[in-house]
Amino acid sequence: MNAVRKQRLILVLLLLAGVGVAVALMLFALRENINHYYSPAQMAAGDAPTGQRMRGGGLVVPGSVARDTESLKVSFRISDGAGEVTVHYEGILPDLFVEGSGVVALGTLGSDGVFAATEVLAKHDENYMPPEVQKAIDDAHPGYPKPTGQATVQRELRSLQDGS
Amino acid sequence: MNWTFFHKLGSPKWFYDISGKWLPWLQVISLVLIVVALVWGLAFSPSDYLQGNSYRIIFIHVPASFLAQSVYLMMATAAAVTLIWKIKLADMALKVMAPIGVSFCILSLVTGAIWGQPTWGTWWVWDARLTSMLILLFLYIGIIALRGAIHTTEAAAKACAILSLVGVVNIPIIKFSVDWWNTLHQGATLKLTEKPSMAPEMLWPLLLAIVGFYLFFMMVMVLRLRIEIISRERKTRWVKELVS
Repeated sequence: MNAVRKQRLILVLLLLAGVGVAVALMLFALRENINHYYSPAQMAAGDAPTGQRMRGGGLVVPGSVARDTESLKVSFRISDGAGEVTVHYEGILPDLFVEGSGVVALGTLGSDGVFAATEVLAKHDENYMPPEVQKAIDDAHPGYPKPTGQATVQRELRSLQDGS
Repeated sequence: MNWTFFHKLGSPKWFYDISGKWLPWLQVISLVLIVVALVWGLAFSPSDYLQGNSYRIIFIHVPASFLAQSVYLMMATAAAVTLIWKIKLADMALKVMAPIGVSFCILSLVTGAIWGQPTWGTWWVWDARLTSMLILLFLYIGIIALRGAIHTTEAAAKACAILSLVGVVNIPIIKFSVDWWNTLHQGATLKLTEKPSMAPEMLWPLLLAIVGFYLFFMMVMVLRLRIEIISRERKTRWVKELVS
């Protein structure tokens, strides 16, 4: 490689390093704003803003889902292992809303620490497996959270309607 | 170090001749792989324990997203070669790859939205993964537009190369967005260092689809690059002899 090309190579590397550092600093400054949601630990510790619209996300605590028999009101607790927050919601939950799996809710955190959600999205995890494998896991670990939420109910309803 | 091979690869005529031999192989193998992977994945793979059949869109979505990012990395590499060695073929490659990258990027965003609606309950959220992918689409469009705006070939080559290099910082952001920030998009299923968190009967067709998409990309790129070579080298003797 001759001297001119070596110089241009150094210029290209400097360009990449400069842009990289600039972007890294910018992302570091914005790190809280880029997070799509606050974790239950942050909400419990008071790091999340109260009284204004924001998102909270965590795993639905198994056994915490309580449905109102008269309306679409539902309440459940979300956890990240370090904190827990109660969520109140009125509306239709997504298909993949199951106990033990992740959700992201949009709403406001009250001063009483209860999160009033206006929208609940299911957060899918990175695991893919056939139903038989899940059944084998359930048989081997009876304590493992089972999909017993709305999704299962809807699936059962659907299979009833299909006549299968 | 011996750079003769590198300069030989940079010769448009040499590349035109050798790529003609690659083309039929690329066409046959990519077609076979994609057909096998899609039939296997869409018809024979088991359904997911949670998502049922809607997960099957990953056999398009994941390869398309891989390609959208890989094509950009290849463009950035071509940009560095253009700037350092002033090899014309690298600039031609950068030019012909951009529209292919746009296609994969759009395919990835659209299939992701179609999957997001039943799975998450929404078509789109402004989380770090989805937003950085949208920025990648705008980078691709920006590079194409920049070339269209500059009329001299050399100036366009330099400007596009610099823009491609600057934009490459977005690629690690896309890759690690799901680890660095809380995002609605889930983490990576296929990891280099760990076992993939996917059942093998779903994983195999996915891997086949990814390889098939890469070969398909190479095939389309070689086709476009050969046309670009003919058009830019039209005044040289070997092209005149070729077309006469």
